[in-house]
Amino acid sequence: MKIDVLHIAKLANLPLKKEEIAKYEEQLSSILAYIEKLKTVKTNNVQETSQVTGLENVTRDDSPAPSLSQTEALSNTKSKQNGSFKVKAIFE
Amino acid sequence: MKLNNQTIKQLRQGLKDKQFSSGELVNACLAEIEKRNQNLNAFITVCANQALEQAKKADELIKDGQDLPLLGIPIAIKDIFSTKNVKTTAASKVLSDYVPQYDATVVQKLKSAGAIIIGKTNLDAWAHGSSGENSDFGPTRNPWNEKYVPGGSSSGSAVSVASGMAMAATGTDTGGSIRLPASFTNTVGLKPTYGRVSRYGIIAMASSLDSIGHFTKTVEDSALLLSVTAGQDRFDATTPPENVPNYLKSLSNGVKGLKIGVPKEYITGIEPEILNNFQASLKTLEKLGAEIVNISLPNTESGIAVYYIIQPAEVSSNLARFDGIRYGNDRSFFGNEAKRRIMLGTFTLSVGYYDAYYKKAMRVRTLIIKDFEDAFTKVDAIVSPVSPTKPWKIGEKVNDPLKMYLSDVLTVNCNLAGIPGLSVPSGFINELPVGIQFLGPRFSEELLFRIGHAFEQTTKFYQKSPYEL
Repeated sequence: MKIDVLHIAKLANLPLKKEEIAKYEEQLSSILAYIEKLKTVKTNNVQETSQVTGLENVTRDDSPAPSLSQTEALSNTKSKQNGSFKVKAIFE
Repeated sequence: MKLNNQTIKQLRQGLKDKQFSSGELVNACLAEIEKRNQNLNAFITVCANQALEQAKKADELIKDGQDLPLLGIPIAIKDIFSTKNVKTTAASKVLSDYVPQYDATVVQKLKSAGAIIIGKTNLDAWAHGSSGENSDFGPTRNPWNEKYVPGGSSSGSAVSVASGMAMAATGTDTGGSIRLPASFTNTVGLKPTYGRVSRYGIIAMASSLDSIGHFTKTVEDSALLLSVTAGQDRFDATTPPENVPNYLKSLSNGVKGLKIGVPKEYITGIEPEILNNFQASLKTLEKLGAEIVNISLPNTESGIAVYYIIQPAEVSSNLARFDGIRYGNDRSFFGNEAKRRIMLGTFTLSVGYYDAYYKKAMRVRTLIIKDFEDAFTKVDAIVSPVSPTKPWKIGEKVNDPLKMYLSDVLTVNCNLAGIPGLSVPSGFINELPVGIQFLGPRFSEELLFRIGHAFEQTTKFYQKSPYEL
């Protein structure tokens, strides 16, 4: 199985350097070749497991409690304006 | 005996009896860090001033007769746990300057129990790795021989405890990231039941697998720490209301009459020296009165393949949030291993491949869980080596990701099933440590501590240190 590394990188929003493409193509293909072996495992009528706790619909009271101040929430960003995060325009 | 070589149990007694102060203990750890961290690269951040300040407070509380479970004890934190006002990097350049505004639940609980945070330890970036070499801040080295890896991903935490820089250290175990480095450094590593310890405030790797545990010198110290960290958390919906027992209560009950299973799939294809060491450990358990039973976990071999579908899928989703807008740097700062896993996960979740890979893996995961359930109707616990090989040399596997992934072949199934595992030192091969792991049904930590303690108190490997401390 050959992976279209450029397409996948685009889906994952990962900037890749040109020289990285061939390397990842080879490494990802060898990992995929290994995991292909699951095809031989019989799983007819086997349920899927997505979590192991058995807990469902865990809720808690929706009661107000102290949270981060605006200054604290913005303390790690390099891009802010008037107390908000500043992001690139989505619509021009 | 120097302070750094003692167990938490001994240190608590010494502090209570005023044989030494918490300040002296913290200074002893800081001296060890000063002396060795340049070579070992176990810490990304050392909190010297804050730790000394905290020690002063702890000494005052001790003077007042306060008795908290970890009062005055220096503990290192894997740098993937959020620590309020202390830089938290996940060993990735993406978060090279990230300073959390809050503490992870576990950090909060340790502080409330009187523990002193001595620093933040190195790891494979985002906890992606088995050797410690994937850190964007350089590899951690094994104190038993600096040419060798200490195991990963919780590399710095394991090394900090093994070399007396901290008395305990936290870790995360998604596929073996606590148990493997514990076995490579002669320390005790606990991967609790999934959900037993809160994941809140810990940078997520693979959310259905991440288990929050720790490193200590002894099994008893491990039990003491879990008593502090375990329990339901309103900030983590996967923590069940399950009662937290007194983990120290049955510690000394021994293993007489217990049935301990050895899965044949876990001892095929491992290095002969590892097998010899393991068989010697089985003899010790038999001498202590345990009954060793041969069992089979038929779907073992599918474990790594299932893990390398489910884990990267969850990784790709969890790492999607790092966009460099609200905190950290942009996505061009991801290292090689993170990029590999993000792409692998994106691929197996993409249209046309989801059924063949992700759905299939979730089905085989069910079979692996069933294997364990069947086994635990016949035996009380399972024992196996932790690693199929001895610790390897730095650089040996870095260019072959698949080979590196296969180092976790004996540890990942425990994560897929969500059951607990305890790694305990089992001796040395060519002066490098190796370990065995005990696995049990969900929420059987008390039993695992009991078995591990019996084994450890007979073998006493924990008394050996890489240095004359």
